[in-house]
Formats: sequence, structure tokens, C-alpha cells
Amino acid sequence: MDASSITSFVASTHQVFTTMLSLPVTAGKPYTCCAVPKFENEVSGIIGMSGDVQGMVVLSFPTATARKAIQAFTGMDIEPSSPDFADAIGELVNMISGAAKAKFEGKNVSISCPSVVIGKGHKVQQPSDALCITIPFECPVGEFSLEVAMKVAKSAANTTSNSAARAA
Amino acid sequence: MKVMLVDDSKTMRTIQRNILLQIGYKDIEEACDGQDALSKVSAFAPELLLVDWNMPNMDGITFVKTYRAQGGKSPIVMVTTEAEKTRVVEAIKAGVNNYVVKPFTPESLSQRISETLSRVKAA
Repeated sequence: MDASSITSFVASTHQVFTTMLSLPVTAGKPYTCCAVPKFENEVSGIIGMSGDVQGMVVLSFPTATARKAIQAFTGMDIEPSSPDFADAIGELVNMISGAAKAKFEGKNVSISCPSVVIGKGHKVQQPSDALCITIPFECPVGEFSLEVAMKVAKSAANTTSNSAARAA
Repeated sequence: MKVMLVDDSKTMRTIQRNILLQIGYKDIEEACDGQDALSKVSAFAPELLLVDWNMPNMDGITFVKTYRAQGGKSPIVMVTTEAEKTRVVEAIKAGVNNYVVKPFTPESLSQRISETLSRVKAA
């Protein structure tokens, strides 16, 4: 994963939160997923990526922050036990992932339908062979994070190196 | 005007419904995926469809192709996170009339809808 990938996810998160939630966000310094997280995950929206880039995107919140973010998104205060709560979290991670992958130039990437996990202190196990980065964010309703685990598929990597060799 | 919203996210359907209500469209039907939409188009006879791309059971592009193959002529606006140019071209080839990338503002969705309807009317 290179710096431009991180930049894509920061930009897409900013775009989704400002456009759909009217909430400005500030990204903190990214860290590897091995480091101790700043808060316990209570609500996570998960999207898988496949194709030339493989991996996973996890948008995680403390419950109170998720609830306020959803209120900004939908205009309604939705109980975490409602299916609509998970639906809204799923749509947020879907838009963030979709907007980020559009910036992966020359790569054919598909994203899965979102899954949502709700439960105190859960951990989403990222693929062991992919580099995982956590990007912390702050916004007026609280803190949240975006974990991104990515690796370039072997076929895509070969295509890139062949193109580079031809160019040389 | 009858509008059908096809999106697996209830949240997104509600957001789109509220925008449509604000611009005066009140006859709205919802479908949660392409299959659900196909089962409802004959009875509802939408005059405009807003269709997501990534959905379970039947995705938006398969729905559009099937709807067009069955003779469906109403304008379709694809409302999706799929922003790559290749995807836009694929959607247009499948029979989509216009394209809105999520995230969107109420103004941008309204503008794209009115642009689509004007184009169809002029054709």
C-alpha cells in the first residue's frame, strides 16, 4: 500500500462526511493495525475488495458516535438495535470505499456488499498477507477510524512490472 | 410522475425519496434489488427509475439490461458509488440515460433528474 492509497481513503471519507452528513472531518496520523487502537470498536461497517487490488475496508465507531453520525446522515435518531442502524453504517462504508477505489487509476477493483458488526470490543481480523493501516478521524460528533488492508493481486502486479519494463 | 427507487440500502432509498418529495414527485415505489424491481415494474409502470449498481440477488446493470430487453423504455438514472469511466460507459451501453455518483447533494441529484427528463422529452 502506498501513500496515494491512504490519500484516496482520507479524501473519500472527507467527501462522504461533508457531502452526506454535513460534518467536517480531520484525519490523524495513520498507524499500522498492530498498534493499540485509540478506542474500542463497537460498530464496524466492512467492505471487501477484489480484482487487481484485494483487501478489506473497515469503518469503526464507538456506538454514541455512530448514532450521532447516522442522525446527521439520515435526519433520524435510530436505535442501534434497529436494522436501519446497520443499514446506514453499511451505506457509509460503501460510499467511502467506492469513492476511494475510483482513484485507483488503471486498476479494475470490485467491492462487496457491506457487512456490519455491532458489539463492544470486537476485532475484525484483516487478511494476514495484506498491509493494514488505520486512519484515525475526528469530527464534531466524535472519533472514528478507517482500517484499510490492501495488497495488489499478483496478476495486476505482473502487468505493472511488464509495463514498466517495456517503458524502460 | 411515477418514480421507482432501486437500492439495497433502505437509508439511501429514504434519502432519495425525501429529495424526490421536495421536488414534487410523490408517487414513489421502492425495490431492494434488481429482482424485486423486475417483479414490480409491470404493475407500477414507473416513468423514471433511480437504480443502484451493487446489490445482492440481481445487480443494477443486470436489471437495466433485463428491463430494456423486456421493452422497458422509461429513463433510468444510475445512482452508485461506481465512479470509474469504464463503469459509466458500461452503464450507458446497458441502457442507462444518466449517472450520479454517490455521495451526492440533493441539488446534484435533482439537477441530474431534471436534465434526464428534459433530454428524453426533447428526443
